[in-house]
Amino acid sequence: MPPDGLSRLKWFTLGMAVLIVLALCPQFLPRFFTYLLALILITGLMATSLNVALGFGGMYQFHHAVFYGVGAYSVSLMLIKTNLPIALCFFTAPFASAVLALVMGFICVRLSKLYFGMLQLSLGSLVWVVVYRWYSFTGGDDGLHGVPIPSLISSVSGSFYFTLIVSVVSLGLMYVILNSPFGQILQAIRDNPERSETIGVHVRAHQLVTQVIAGFFAGVAGVLFVTVEGSAFPDLMSWTLSLEFLIMCLLGGWFTFLGPMLGAAIIVSLRTMVGVYTEYWTTVLAIILMLLIFFLPEGVIGYLEGFFKRPDVSTEEDR
Amino acid sequence: MDFSTTITFNGLIQQFIVGLSRTTILFIVSSGLSLVLGVLRIPNVAHGSLYMLGAFLCYSVATLFGNSPIGFWFAILLAPIGVAIISLATERGLFCHLYDREHLMLLLFTFALMLIFHDAVKLIWGSEYRSLTPPVIFQGSLPILGMPFPKYNLFLLSIGPIVAVGLWFLTQRTKIGKIARAAAVDRDMVGAVGINVSWVFASVFVIGCFLAGLGGALVAPTQNITQGMDHTIIMEAFLIVIIGGLGNVWGALLGALIFGLTDSMGIMILPQFSIVFPYAAVVIVLIFRPKGLLRATW
Repeated sequence: MPPDGLSRLKWFTLGMAVLIVLALCPQFLPRFFTYLLALILITGLMATSLNVALGFGGMYQFHHAVFYGVGAYSVSLMLIKTNLPIALCFFTAPFASAVLALVMGFICVRLSKLYFGMLQLSLGSLVWVVVYRWYSFTGGDDGLHGVPIPSLISSVSGSFYFTLIVSVVSLGLMYVILNSPFGQILQAIRDNPERSETIGVHVRAHQLVTQVIAGFFAGVAGVLFVTVEGSAFPDLMSWTLSLEFLIMCLLGGWFTFLGPMLGAAIIVSLRTMVGVYTEYWTTVLAIILMLLIFFLPEGVIGYLEGFFKRPDVSTEEDR
Repeated sequence: MDFSTTITFNGLIQQFIVGLSRTTILFIVSSGLSLVLGVLRIPNVAHGSLYMLGAFLCYSVATLFGNSPIGFWFAILLAPIGVAIISLATERGLFCHLYDREHLMLLLFTFALMLIFHDAVKLIWGSEYRSLTPPVIFQGSLPILGMPFPKYNLFLLSIGPIVAVGLWFLTQRTKIGKIARAAAVDRDMVGAVGINVSWVFASVFVIGCFLAGLGGALVAPTQNITQGMDHTIIMEAFLIVIIGGLGNVWGALLGALIFGLTDSMGIMILPQFSIVFPYAAVVIVLIFRPKGLLRATW
């Protein structure tokens, strides 16, 4: 990230300009594109939260969508089944994801790499299967529809602005966290867990906190999804969706902060465009993925960065 | 909800045998996955798609022969071979260039394969249900302890041990099995003594995929052949391999037993939540033995 003052100012101006353009979008874009933009922001927020654990934490988060789904389900269930203040429902739902992330993380951080991923995958599928089967509580495979969203944020532009504000704040928070001393230690752990342990870093504690952070922001993305779509369904926590988020991180560049957002934008817009012409969208996705693995293993942003400077980030972590 | 009150000894035995025949299929599929994971270190997500492909191929070959008994046997034999040929082409064409990549990349690559196979099946067979009737000798049921029991499931029960012993023989007693086990531990060393590791990997991959196809072909007469069967089986097979210990064939057997039996027994306790039992069993095993019950190969 830019170290000197001038370029920091430049980045800040660029960021503000993008924000202002985004904020004006609902005024001149058709409703569908506003909706699509909101969806991109949510998916990007989700992919970024995954990347906190994956790209910066070096943990193979194979089933991140669980936290997304739990966030979505908790806000929907609270809005439908309880009379709690609406603001409280929105505010507490991400904490449900965070608590789940704490529990799952507590079990998973004992292991690393593929074993971590596999354990996470199995714990996540347990949550999925419970949600999928518990008809009386979660609506089973039908999911929950017609969630009563307050009128202020239920319109297309209202939900867009809500999504924009919440995701920008969340992204900012994640950026601050990753650039704090905590974030630096986290990346040190990713690059070499043994050495970090030797210099006195509590590796597992840091990884556990990262899990909770990643889970929390995934929960935020889940809440936003309900705001935009007005429903929650089990596919939100299916493991194929988790893999799609992984692809987004990979596509954008999983050692960069904004990479996953870019990846999400590419995938979501491609799906919408290609989906118009063919029902075989997944084949297109698969071909993109194969090309990516063969030719761009560091993602789009990682590749572009390689033009300007050679980052000495090792992509070949120990197998 | 009087289901739970009618647990009888005979019912228990019947559920047990149903669970065992389910276990057979799970074991055949997950042992292939385990073999590939143990030797090549590829978490092959497309394994479930090959299973589905095996089932669809079995259906097609059997209908080609007009559902005659001979056609059925041909189908059981040809479907896995077809799957093996497809996997050989994939391995030689794409996979063999990627062995030194990270697990995550390999996993996502197999995910891409899974998406392509899924669409290919949709393109070739359409999205309707298919079903296959077993040949006449396997129709009907035999009485066991006074309970009728489908003959085809008994046939499945006899296949399971054959595959287990065959795999044991292959990995422990043949030259290729020994080389494969050595390559799983240290592939560079195996290459250094003059063995073409690339082809060893290819043959292990093909054997693993053959087992997926075999599982698919065997399961075809027992259930509807659908588009979604790849998603459920791959999840189950992965969990079985993990609780058994990566790369351990006996672990796959143990895992399949745990998974299949908790599933079929769970139906007697809480029918609505029966699917939750095997997943819960997996989680309990992993909390106490995070690396699986038996020793992993790596």
